[in-house]
Amino acid sequence: MQKPLSTFYFLITSFLFFLSSCALQPTTLTVMTHDSFAISEDVITQFETENNIDVVFLQSGDAGSMLNKAILAKDAPLADILFGVDNTFLSRALEADIFDAYQSPVLNEIASEFIVDETYRALPVDYGDVCINYDKKYFAENNLALPQSFEDLINPEYKNLLVVQSPATSSTGLAFMLATRAYFGDDFLEYWQRLKENEVVVVDGWETAYYTNFSASSGQGAQPMVVSYASSPPVEVLYASEPITESPTAALVADGMCFRQIEFVGILKNGSNRDVAEKFVDFMLSKTFQEDMPLNMFVYPVNQNAQLPELFIQHAQVVEDPSTLPYDEIAANRDAWIEAWIEVMK
Amino acid sequence: MMNKQVTLDAKNIPVNIRLFLWLPAFLFLLSFFFYPLTKIFSLTFDFSTLTNENNLLITRNSLLFTFYQATLSTILTFILGIPSAILFSKYDFCGKSFLRAITAVPFMLPTVVVAAAFNSLLGSRGLIPLLSSFFFPQLPITNYQFTGTLTAILIAHVFYNTTIVIRIVGNALSQLDSRLENSARVLGADSFSTWRYVTFPLLRPALLASALLVFMFNFTSFGVILLLGGSNFATLEVEIYIRALQLPNLNLAAMLAIIQLFFTLIFSILYTRTINQVNTQTNPQFSQTQKPKTFKQKIFVTTLCFLLSAFFILPLISLPIRSLTRLEADRGQRDEIQYGFTTDYYQELFINRRNSLFYVPPFQAAINSLSYAGMTVLFSLALGYPVAIALAKPTQLDKFLDPLLLLPLGSSAVMLGLGFILSFGRLISSPLFVPIAHTLIALPFVIRTLQPAIKSIPDKLRQAASTLGASPFKVWRTIDFLILSRATLTAATFAFTISLGEFGATLLINRPEYPTIPIAIQRFLSQPGGLNYGQAMAMATLLMILTTTSILLIEKIRLNQSGEF
Repeated sequence: MQKPLSTFYFLITSFLFFLSSCALQPTTLTVMTHDSFAISEDVITQFETENNIDVVFLQSGDAGSMLNKAILAKDAPLADILFGVDNTFLSRALEADIFDAYQSPVLNEIASEFIVDETYRALPVDYGDVCINYDKKYFAENNLALPQSFEDLINPEYKNLLVVQSPATSSTGLAFMLATRAYFGDDFLEYWQRLKENEVVVVDGWETAYYTNFSASSGQGAQPMVVSYASSPPVEVLYASEPITESPTAALVADGMCFRQIEFVGILKNGSNRDVAEKFVDFMLSKTFQEDMPLNMFVYPVNQNAQLPELFIQHAQVVEDPSTLPYDEIAANRDAWIEAWIEVMK
Repeated sequence: MMNKQVTLDAKNIPVNIRLFLWLPAFLFLLSFFFYPLTKIFSLTFDFSTLTNENNLLITRNSLLFTFYQATLSTILTFILGIPSAILFSKYDFCGKSFLRAITAVPFMLPTVVVAAAFNSLLGSRGLIPLLSSFFFPQLPITNYQFTGTLTAILIAHVFYNTTIVIRIVGNALSQLDSRLENSARVLGADSFSTWRYVTFPLLRPALLASALLVFMFNFTSFGVILLLGGSNFATLEVEIYIRALQLPNLNLAAMLAIIQLFFTLIFSILYTRTINQVNTQTNPQFSQTQKPKTFKQKIFVTTLCFLLSAFFILPLISLPIRSLTRLEADRGQRDEIQYGFTTDYYQELFINRRNSLFYVPPFQAAINSLSYAGMTVLFSLALGYPVAIALAKPTQLDKFLDPLLLLPLGSSAVMLGLGFILSFGRLISSPLFVPIAHTLIALPFVIRTLQPAIKSIPDKLRQAASTLGASPFKVWRTIDFLILSRATLTAATFAFTISLGEFGATLLINRPEYPTIPIAIQRFLSQPGGLNYGQAMAMATLLMILTTTSILLIEKIRLNQSGEF
C-alpha cells in the first residue's frame, strides 16, 4: 500500500501548491482578445514600464467565441478589457451590457465615421475590408477577365473558381455574406442560390479557404478566388518565401464588393482596474499603437495622425466604396440571415 | 509478513481502501469535469428547448449524421485495421516497428496539419490527381474536390483511428494461445471453422472493444468534420460549437451536449464491460511471430505493407517535403513555377521579424510542449496508479465507477470549456490548466495500460518469493517493480504523446501563456504568405519527429500484455 499513499500525499501537496499559487496573483491588467491580436514587444513594454503595470493578453478564440465567452463570464469577468468585437457583433456586446462607458480624450484624433457607438462603451481601434482576393497568374494565363461586380461571379466562366467561408463558423465569411446583403438587399439569398449553382466552394474558415483551396497560396488549391482581406496582398509580399516586388494576389475592390469591419475596444464591467484600463484604452487609440498595428494585424488605423507603413502604401489597394450595414440592423437579423443562408447552401 | 503481503493482493483490498484508491482520480474528475459541466448545464439547460420544433430538427439531423458517419468510419477503419492487426501480430518483416509506429503518428497530429497533408496529396492540385492526369489524361479532374466531401471525412477518420484497431485486436491476436487453433486443425477442422469456432469467439471482446472505442472517437469528431467536411456536415460536437459560440443558442447547445454525454456514457459502459472480458479471456501464452513463408503469405504481407505505407507515409511525408521546398519565387510575375530545396523556413523560425510579442521561438515552443507533456505524465500517473490497482481485480463498486473515467473522452469539449469559465473565472489563465485538460484525456489511457500489467502479476510469484525469504520490499522491487516499470513507461509515453498532440485543447478557453508547437503552427497558418506556410510545415515536421520518436520508444519497451488502451 506504500505506493498509493505517497501518491496521495503528493497530490495533496501539489493541490495546495496550486491553490497558493492562485492566491498570490500579482496585480495586472488583463486584456481579452481574439487569436489574431498581435503587438510589437517594445511597444507594449514601453507602455508597461511607463505605467508600472503588467499587461496579460488572454487570447480566447475567434471574435465570436471570444465575445460569447465574455458574455458568459459577465458577472465575474475574465479580463479588464475586451478588444476585437467588430461591427458584426457590436450590438450583441452592447445588448449584453458587458462594457462600461469611457469617453477617451484620444477620441478627438479619430475620424468621426468610426465612432458608431454614441454611448462610448465600444471605442473604435481599427478597420479592414473583407474582399475577394484573386490569383493574378491564373487570370493572366487563362486570359480570363476579372469579375467587375458581384453579378459577374454567377457567370459560367467563373464556375467553381471562388471559395468562401461559412458565415456560421467564420467572421470573414459573415462579413462577406453581409456585403452581399448590403448590395442586394432582401434578394441576397437568391444571389447565393445562383452562386451555389455556379459551384461556389464553401469551407469552415479562413485558414482552410486560403491555404487549402486558394490557388495562389502555398497550399496550391483549385480556386483562384478566395474571400480574404484587402490587406492580404501586401502580407503576401511581406511574408513571401523569396523577396518579391509584386504581390501574387490582388483584391477585387469594385464598389460594394468589400465589407468594412471596424474593431472596437471596451472596458469590461465589474473589472478591477478602472484607472489602468482607461490608460490602456487611450494607449490603443494613440499614435504609437495605431502605427504599430498595421504590420502586426494587417488592419488600418482609425487615428488620423497615424502614418501607414510603406508596405501598405505600395501594395494595398484602396477600397473607395465599401459596403456597410448599420450595426443594429446586423444585430437584429444576423442569426436569421445565417440560418437562411445555411438553408440555401445545403 | 503475510499480512503485508495480503495488501499487495488486489483481490483482498477492503472496500474502504478501495474508496481511498479512487479518491484522487475521483476528486480530480469531480473538480475538473463534473463540477464545470453541472455548472454550465444548470445555467443553460432549459426544458422549453425540447418543445422547439426547429431545435428538434437540428438535433435530429446532427444526431443522424453523427451516427451515420461514425458507423461508416468504423466499418472502413476495420476493413484496413483487421488485416493490419493480423500483419503486425503474426508476421515478421523488415521495417515492422517503424511501420507500426507510423500508423500511430496521425493520432497525435493536429487536424490542421492532417488536413494540409491530405490536401497536398489528394487535393485538386495534389500529387495523386497530378499523377493520374499524367497517366490518364482523358480523365476529367477539373472539378475534382477533396475537402467538403464525406469521402474526405471518412479517409481522415480511418487515418486517425486504424492504430486503435491495430493495437487492441493485434494484442489479442498475439496473445491467442496458438495451441488452441492447432488442436482444432489436428482434430480436423478446416481453416474457416477454426476461425469461426475458435479464433473468432476468443477475439470477439477485443473486436467489440476496439469497435466501440473507434466509434466513440468518430462519434465526437470535431476538427476533421469542421476542416475537411466544410459547411455541409455537422456532427453533434460541431453543432454544439456553432450553437454555443457562433450562433448563440446555449439552450440548444446544452441539450445537444447532454445527448452526446448520454451516448458517451452508454458507449463507456459497453466498452468497460467488453475490455474487462478481453483481459480475463486472454491467456498470456504468446504466439510466435514468423516470417511469411508460403506464397499466399508473402503476397499478403507485401500488398498490405505497400498499402499501409501508401496510406500513412505518403501524406505524412508531404509535410517535411513541403517544409524544405521553395516554390514559385515570383508568382505574381508570371515566371514558371520554380521548385527548389531550401532550409529558409527552418532558419526563419528563429527570427522574430516583426518583433512580435506573440512570437514563439521554436525551441521555446518545443520546451513548452515538452513541459506540459511532462506534467500530464505526472498528473495522470499519480491519479491513474491507485485506480489501476483497484481495477486489477474489480469489485462491483469498481465496475460501477470504471465507465465514468472514460466520459471526458466523449463529452463536449466546447461546453466543458465554458463550464471552466463559470467555475474557475480568472484562474483559467493559470498555465496549470493545460496539463489538467490533457490529463482528463490521458487518464483513461494510462489506467487501461497499467491495469492489465498489475493484474498480470501472479500472486503465486509473490507468495513464492516471500516464502523463500524475500522481504516485502524485495518482493515489490524484484517482481512488481520489474513488471510494472515497463507498463508505467508505456503509460507515461501515452500520456506524453496525448499531451503533445494537444488532445483536449479545445476545452481551453484561451491560448496558454506558454505557447506550444500546435499553437505556433496555428499562428503561422492564420496569416497569408509563403513564408508563413513554410514555417507552419517546418513546425509540423518538428512535431512529427517528436511524436514518432516517442512512439518508437513505446514500441521498443512495450510489454506485449500491457499495450491495451
